[in-house]
Amino acid sequence: MGRKILLKHIDEPGIQGYDTYRRTGGYASVEKAVKTMTPEAIVEEVKKSGLRGRGGAGFPTGMKWSFLAKPEGVSRYLVCNADESEPGTFKDRYLMEKIPHLLIEGMITSSFALGAHTSYIYIRGEYFYIVNILEKAIEEAYANGWLGKNILGSGYDLDLYVHVGAGAYICGEETALLESLEGKRGNPRIKPPFPAIKGLWECPTVVNNVETIAAVVPIVNDGGDAYAAVGIGRSTGTKLISASGHINKPGVYEIEMGITVEDFIYSDEYCGGILNGKKLKAVVAGGSSVPILPADLILKTANGENRLMSYESLSDGGFATGTMLGSGGFIVMDETTSIVQNLHTFARFYHHESCGQCSPCREGTAWMEKILHKVLHGHGTLADVDLLWEIQSKIEGNTICPLGDAAAWPVASAIRHFRLEFEEYVKNPASIKEVKHYYNTQLV
Amino acid sequence: MSEVQKIAFSPEAYELVQRLIRRYPEGKQKAALIPTLHIAQAEFDGWLSAPVMDYVASLLKIQPIEAYEVASFYSMFNLKPVGKCLIEVCRTSSCWLRGANDVVEHIEKKLNIKDGETTPDGKFTLKTVECLGSCGTAPMLQIGKQFHENLTLDKVDSLIEEWSKSTEHSKYLDNSTFRKN
Ligand SMILES: Cc1cc2nc3c(=O)[nH]c(=O)nc-3n(C[C@H](O)[C@H](O)[C@H](O)COP(=O)(O)O)c2cc1C
Ligand code: FES
Repeated sequence: MGRKILLKHIDEPGIQGYDTYRRTGGYASVEKAVKTMTPEAIVEEVKKSGLRGRGGAGFPTGMKWSFLAKPEGVSRYLVCNADESEPGTFKDRYLMEKIPHLLIEGMITSSFALGAHTSYIYIRGEYFYIVNILEKAIEEAYANGWLGKNILGSGYDLDLYVHVGAGAYICGEETALLESLEGKRGNPRIKPPFPAIKGLWECPTVVNNVETIAAVVPIVNDGGDAYAAVGIGRSTGTKLISASGHINKPGVYEIEMGITVEDFIYSDEYCGGILNGKKLKAVVAGGSSVPILPADLILKTANGENRLMSYESLSDGGFATGTMLGSGGFIVMDETTSIVQNLHTFARFYHHESCGQCSPCREGTAWMEKILHKVLHGHGTLADVDLLWEIQSKIEGNTICPLGDAAAWPVASAIRHFRLEFEEYVKNPASIKEVKHYYNTQLV
Repeated sequence: MSEVQKIAFSPEAYELVQRLIRRYPEGKQKAALIPTLHIAQAEFDGWLSAPVMDYVASLLKIQPIEAYEVASFYSMFNLKPVGKCLIEVCRTSSCWLRGANDVVEHIEKKLNIKDGETTPDGKFTLKTVECLGSCGTAPMLQIGKQFHENLTLDKVDSLIEEWSKSTEHSKYLDNSTFRKN
């Protein structure tokens, strides 16, 4: 069995409630932090842990925290990003639903480290039933003295609130999230200034993913070095992976970074192999935004080494032959899957979710969806495939926020690795109904 | 519009909005806009009319345009009337891989409406949506705050049956959603 850090007690009956959570050692990190540590010492431990943001970008958390401006007399905020809308990703939901106090505890310990006295959890509106769960957990935390005034007699005050969104993927982008929290449309801000300098209501703000904040709990309890001892290289600790698609055991798995992709897909401890004994065709390893890889390249790097579940190994080979760990949304496709049709669902998604601020993204995502629709319905031409390639290349890098890149990469990678399949759709539209697929590379 | 005068939240909803406003610093009450629009939608038949948005704006002491521009940005806000039961089916990648298109087709046939339409009796509206974070239990649909996962067409049938008897509107939030203090 792999090592569990965040989900160690997940199978404990009643872990959703305060009493069981507390009995299994819950809230120890708050006690340790406010009674025995300085905020600076906590930031040091987080730095030592090597923890990298679990929201998708993988930015070192300790470093982000140390950038937080601390002008006299100005409030600072910690905002938890629970917008979780990247297709294929459902780990934050799992964590908040099953063990909500872990997030609450992480928020308190992290807020203390950052000197925030008011913190928010921004959760996507579709997760309203989890708002219930979090509100109850927060109520219990207040009732037991972990929130409010003078926590454990330390003189530290903290209020924690849940803030609910209303359906917009873009609000997962941290500056759009802050706009949304202020009661506005979710249009990303131009950076700099970064939120660490000017964030929520122009005050210094840290935005962190749910899983990142949860990981602060074991880091404070056991020390940064202990956390860094788990994992591989610069991919320290564990990662929650949301596994979906054509596998026998979809679900959320906590993995120690560094296990092989092959083990993750085929072992019974994790995905349990491909559904109905079919062959593996392709994987989107880190949420819809990251490049799709054909079976042979997801299992082995271009150099023939085993591909590992880690930031470095998944991105080995760059975009030519690699991908990214991203949010850990691991979507598996079997041999019957039409890559073009899957890509159409992604293109429709990004078109729907573009906030419309930047022309390359607003117009480009619309055209990519339209052209894919045309190709899918047997009206495409070879020139359309080239046009798709050209459009994506003109979005990438030309927008205020990375949604544009996120929309471009799936298109680029699908054409890069499965161009023959696009061509088949174009050349033999009559055969589309039988779904015969053509690959540049081998099935495994 | 003469309607404007009559629009008001129930005392509980009004009280909830006041509590939510206190979650934000003095003068930043606009932050409560999205939650308040959710409450308004739950109070007024699942959609936001212009007079309802005007009322929300007046509660938060902001301009009506500030409420409109937000309501029109977020996909969970309906700017047109919807059926009593709003069925939201995810059809993004992971759900598509596990048969979401069959679910959509089945509902379209059964209710004789297309994506985005409402049945003539005002009971059901079908809306396809993007990934709801339920990819591991695909295919799925959402009615109100309830997720229905690992769908089969039989399950869909029984949901529709259940809801065709209901007189309630599907809602994302209820009295227990937010804590009382
Ligand atoms: C379009 C877009 C959507 C995003 N969605 C999310 C999200 O749902 N959850 C999340 O934690 N981060 C999301 N991010 C990343 C955030 O901008 C930010 O990097 C992250 O919340 C920082 O937290 P971390 O350092 O703990 O990962 C998104 C970024 C972009 C560009
Ligand atoms: S793809 Fe349907 S819930 Fe994620």
